[in-house]
Amino acid sequence: MSLIEVREISKTYHLGDIDLDVLKSVTTTIDQGEFVAVMGPSGSGKSTFMNMLGCLDQPSSGTYLLEGVDVGSLSRDDLAEIRNKKIGFVFQGFNLLSRTSAIENVELPLLYDGIHARERHERARMALKNVGLEGREDHRPNQLSGGQQQRVAIARALVNEVPIILADEPTGNLDTKTSLEIMELFVKLNLDSHITVILVTHEPDIAAYSKRIIKFIDGRIVSDESGEDKNIDRFVIN
Amino acid sequence: MINIPSTIKISFRALWVNKMRSTLTMLGIIIGVGAVIAMVAVGTGASRQIAEQIASMGSNLLIVMPGSTTSGGVRMGAGSQPTLSLGDSDAILKECSAVEEVAPTLGGGTQVVFGHLNWSTTVTGTTPGMLTVRDWPLASGRPFTQQDVKSATKVCLVGQTVIDNLFGSQNPMGQTIRIKNVPFTVMGVLSVKGQSTQGQDQDDVIYVPVTTSQKKLFGTQFPGMVRTIMVKARSAEDLSTAEQQITELLRQRHHISQKQDLDFTVRNLTQIMQAREQSTQVMTLLLGAIASVSLLVGGIGIMNIMLVSVTERTREIGIRMAIGAKTWDIRLQFIIEALTLSLIGGVIGIIAGVSTAMILSSISGWPTVVSPLSILLAFGFSGFIGIFFGFYPAYMASLLNPIDALRYE
Repeated sequence: MSLIEVREISKTYHLGDIDLDVLKSVTTTIDQGEFVAVMGPSGSGKSTFMNMLGCLDQPSSGTYLLEGVDVGSLSRDDLAEIRNKKIGFVFQGFNLLSRTSAIENVELPLLYDGIHARERHERARMALKNVGLEGREDHRPNQLSGGQQQRVAIARALVNEVPIILADEPTGNLDTKTSLEIMELFVKLNLDSHITVILVTHEPDIAAYSKRIIKFIDGRIVSDESGEDKNIDRFVIN
Repeated sequence: MINIPSTIKISFRALWVNKMRSTLTMLGIIIGVGAVIAMVAVGTGASRQIAEQIASMGSNLLIVMPGSTTSGGVRMGAGSQPTLSLGDSDAILKECSAVEEVAPTLGGGTQVVFGHLNWSTTVTGTTPGMLTVRDWPLASGRPFTQQDVKSATKVCLVGQTVIDNLFGSQNPMGQTIRIKNVPFTVMGVLSVKGQSTQGQDQDDVIYVPVTTSQKKLFGTQFPGMVRTIMVKARSAEDLSTAEQQITELLRQRHHISQKQDLDFTVRNLTQIMQAREQSTQVMTLLLGAIASVSLLVGGIGIMNIMLVSVTERTREIGIRMAIGAKTWDIRLQFIIEALTLSLIGGVIGIIAGVSTAMILSSISGWPTVVSPLSILLAFGFSGFIGIFFGFYPAYMASLLNPIDALRYE
């Protein structure tokens, strides 16, 4: 059983009289521990695909099995629970709660999982430490650099020990050096914790970190290539 | 599972971040609750004052007054002729089963002298029954007796105002005062009763035996006549029975046929006062209702702000949903925010209302009574407003599609 299995999913948006087919019968599987880059020009449907995988949006047709469960049959609250326990999101714009300290941002998923304050605090502190933000717990997003904010977002994605991380252009707002640091963090998580990482990007440099590249054009998968694992070499070299 | 303490914390922080807005929203509730409490306090104070006046008048009170008489086809005005006698008074007490006590009166305003001081007051001749009829105990001394009435002794009971003006700090007991140049011995002091329903000073009074009044002070060419007869019914339910019995009895005693006009009237003072009390209660209700409108407006203010807040924080809601907030997590967050606004507003409003009531009564002299019930009600109502007006925005927030909310700019 694959971790993620999508069968002929389509998504159509109705904009007034026009029907916009954003995804056209997409079928693919992703296994536990993969590091996948989803590429494609804007409007190719890659972000919509990610939103489907993240249970933020529902397909118009087709089935999506997550760990063998048909997501299409689940209620709003069941989907919220899946997002809480199975999926960590990392967004291009970080999407942290402003006016809220780093550690409280990281605690949020645990809060909605009903975990007690003390344990929440401890786990959030550990997650921040894992992304290299020890000592920044009480900083607010506007007191942190872009890279640091993205680390907080990654810590938030990880804190509930999810098997999947979905990153939508995670380095889009960051400079090259910081982008590389963030990517190394993803690679490390993928290798050390065996977390499945799926990231959307249109930069080949960033996509090069992945073991598998799925290319979207015009709502369809046009190529799906698995290269040899370069990341191990990279870590050996560093 | 919903984590209530943390949700409360989230809500509090959101309110704290928008201090100005939260304060202004609360102001609506503060004014609403404050107005309700102050208005109800004014109304309750007024009706309690009337209730106290009724009590001071004497409970279950009827007054028999001389009516109009007709002589030679000329109808005289009410009270133009003395038609009531001591005999009527005794008969009422004896014959009417619904009557507990009677007190005939005959008196008038006159000058009273003690030593070198004098004072104009009301001197009323009556029987010992007066103290029962008017529920009026003595502060000191003893009441005059039926024997005093029989032998028309020159003794008197004196009200506090008279004492203040005639005796100053002297002990009035046993002193002799002169009423219309007739010396009377003070044998008792009436307790303080305060203002009457018409605003008269009820303590500005002297009671003497009715016979003494007839013979020495206010006698007319009709011996044995009295001005009015005050009657105390056995209970509030007996008032109308007593009224009928007295009317029937006096009709017989005065030889008035069914077709003729009565030469007396029986007035039910208690009923009149109770009607007044009721109208005050209606006024209280009206005041409260008007004030409630402002409370309602305050509630709508909360809803307005919460809707703005939901729109403004759409992205935040999206983030929370993306990381696992369920429908009720989002709803509770906004409901608690609204509830907090309205409850804090309610508490401040209660304080404001109570102080307004106190200021009002100290400035205008209106009696105000803040009842614990109105406080409880106002607090409960503001909580209800918080939930009621908070639910819709919270509901709207929880219905947002996570992806649309996340993309909201």
